[in-house]
Amino acid sequence: MDEIFGIPAPLLFGQLLLGLINGAFYAMLSLGLAVIFGLLNIINFTHGAQFMMGAFVAWMLLNWLGLGYWWALLLAPLIVGLSGVIIERTMISRLYKLDHLYGLLLTFGIGLIIEGVFRNYFGSSGLPYRPPAELQGGWDLGFMFMPVYRFWVVVFSLVVCLATWLMIEKTRLGAYLRAATENAALVQAFGVNVPRLITLTYGFGVALAALAGVLAAPIYSVNPQMGTNLIIIVFAVVVIGGMGSILGSVLTGFGLGVVEGLTRVFWPEASATVIFVIMAIVLVTRPAGLFGRA
Amino acid sequence: MQITRRSALAGTALAFGAGIGGLPYRSAKAQAANTIRIGVLTDMSGMYRDNTGPTSVACARQAVAEFGQRGFNVEVIEADHQNRPDVGVNLARQWYDQGVDVIIDVPTSSVGLAVNQIAREKNKAYINVGSATADLTGAQCSPNTVHWAYDTWMLAKSNGGATVRAGGDTWFFITADYAFGHALERDTANFVRASGGRVIGQVRTPFPGTTDFSSFLVQAQASRAKVIGLANAGADTQNCVKQAAEFGITRRGIKLASLLLFINDVHGLGLQTAQGLTCTETFYWDLNDRTRAFTQRVLPRTPNNYPNMIHAGCYSGTLHFLKAIADMGVAAAKASGVDIINRMKAMPTEDDAFGAGQVRPDGRRLIPSYLFEVKSPAESRGPWDYLKLVQTTPAAEAFRPLGEGGCALVRS
Repeated sequence: MDEIFGIPAPLLFGQLLLGLINGAFYAMLSLGLAVIFGLLNIINFTHGAQFMMGAFVAWMLLNWLGLGYWWALLLAPLIVGLSGVIIERTMISRLYKLDHLYGLLLTFGIGLIIEGVFRNYFGSSGLPYRPPAELQGGWDLGFMFMPVYRFWVVVFSLVVCLATWLMIEKTRLGAYLRAATENAALVQAFGVNVPRLITLTYGFGVALAALAGVLAAPIYSVNPQMGTNLIIIVFAVVVIGGMGSILGSVLTGFGLGVVEGLTRVFWPEASATVIFVIMAIVLVTRPAGLFGRA
Repeated sequence: MQITRRSALAGTALAFGAGIGGLPYRSAKAQAANTIRIGVLTDMSGMYRDNTGPTSVACARQAVAEFGQRGFNVEVIEADHQNRPDVGVNLARQWYDQGVDVIIDVPTSSVGLAVNQIAREKNKAYINVGSATADLTGAQCSPNTVHWAYDTWMLAKSNGGATVRAGGDTWFFITADYAFGHALERDTANFVRASGGRVIGQVRTPFPGTTDFSSFLVQAQASRAKVIGLANAGADTQNCVKQAAEFGITRRGIKLASLLLFINDVHGLGLQTAQGLTCTETFYWDLNDRTRAFTQRVLPRTPNNYPNMIHAGCYSGTLHFLKAIADMGVAAAKASGVDIINRMKAMPTEDDAFGAGQVRPDGRRLIPSYLFEVKSPAESRGPWDYLKLVQTTPAAEAFRPLGEGGCALVRS
């Protein structure tokens, strides 16, 4: 088994693994989007900017306060999540009674503003951020070189995705959440503070984006437009997986990462487009998405 | 009398309106006829913002300020082409129709080439600084265009040539999939082959929109090439360098040839990651007394972003353009863009940023090119002290010979 479709097998395995790593980012970001859409019915177009904020807060913590990567992993999601709570309370909460489109426009606008402010203060050429000493280096797997940090990204995001899924499907809080998604008025009648639940959910979704941002800081250039590039793909992931489906968004995230990785070997020029081709096909054949309920 | 905020605002508005309305129509028109308008068309919001963008505008304004008042007024306006040819073409048309006399900068080769057509169609002047493609003075050369600071051929010769001489004779290219990347790959590959090297393979990466290059880097590594040529720029190059370090590619003795790397990219990467990379520039702020003096003058306008060769080119191009206008008169300049460009070609260029130079008939400005190596953190003595000079190529040898570009202006 030296070659598969004319590509040396070791190279193909390497690409599968790399696709899985990129899929980890897609999964974490689309998970946050799916959680927010599930409960708030808001298509959160600020998500890319919040991912970027996560990376920038990590940089600020390091350069202004001397707090390293591990602190950033904890603090950045909290800080950015808090900013999300403020945005939800002051702005988004006014739009729940209106059409989806208003929420989309508002969050899109907020995203552009945040990006503009960061660009104004930090420029566009990016900021240096290195992986922590414990996670530098890598292993030679024979068929490829596996950096420790990438391995960490996959494992960590898998754990986060799994924990989120368990929380929503298996805990009482998750049950409230799912119930509020189905019928908010009824859940409120049972004495659950639904507005607070909604606010916290938005904050949590945003924190997930920020967490992905911190994970991305050591491997991607930390610049204000880093989220824009990723977010369009992530939206396609959510659409393919099925809007609001938690498990669907996670599985689709990893799956599409792999598909994209393979496209990079067989037809690199199309690697930015392949996900949208899949999205079009899914929308035509299964409009609710692969895992969504029609 | 108490002045409320509202009444103060109303009063200001009234006074402002009266001031505008009070200007006699004739004098406003006369003023327009005696005003040279310079449009800086650049990337104000995308990944090339720091390499071009606001600092390009600041440098053009610096040139205008230093040029002073010589019998005509100069106005500098700016716009964001968002790295999109359609946006750039629309803005260029609009500007030229509204009396803009020259468009300067225009990074992103796809946009740079598109605006090249508009300038020719409208017979206006066009000083391209930010685009890299050598086609601007080759197959697509135009009598309305000068190409000011650098191009893909010159990058290929300096960086590519030096790399092959140092033993890197097998290459794999990671190329941004648009006009610039293709031109840079083509020109570098020609040098590699001419110097006895081989190109083993290449991969074209979607632009913009690629953030993860690990997959391409692993393909490059699997090809067993000694050199990975990065035919990209800005955040793409940064991501490649960062991820190549992560995947241990450079530690295994594979050389990364960053064919276009600006000092602003080095700043973004940090010396720890960027050290040892080579880059080719025609301007570096710490090159000599004159470049240092220029940098000190312009820094107050752009305190957080040091000028690179594109920024310095916007300064130098604006200055030379204004000298040509002063020489030929505003009325003649307004009549024909080709005449302005011909006057610019007839006069030698001279400024603090680049020293002496000249513009060739095909529109190529000739200046020396410098090969630099990025310093290690220990070697750097202060802020933005990033590069050390390795080799200088004199102006006469730095760019593609006049006859080899296929420019129609040369044959006739």
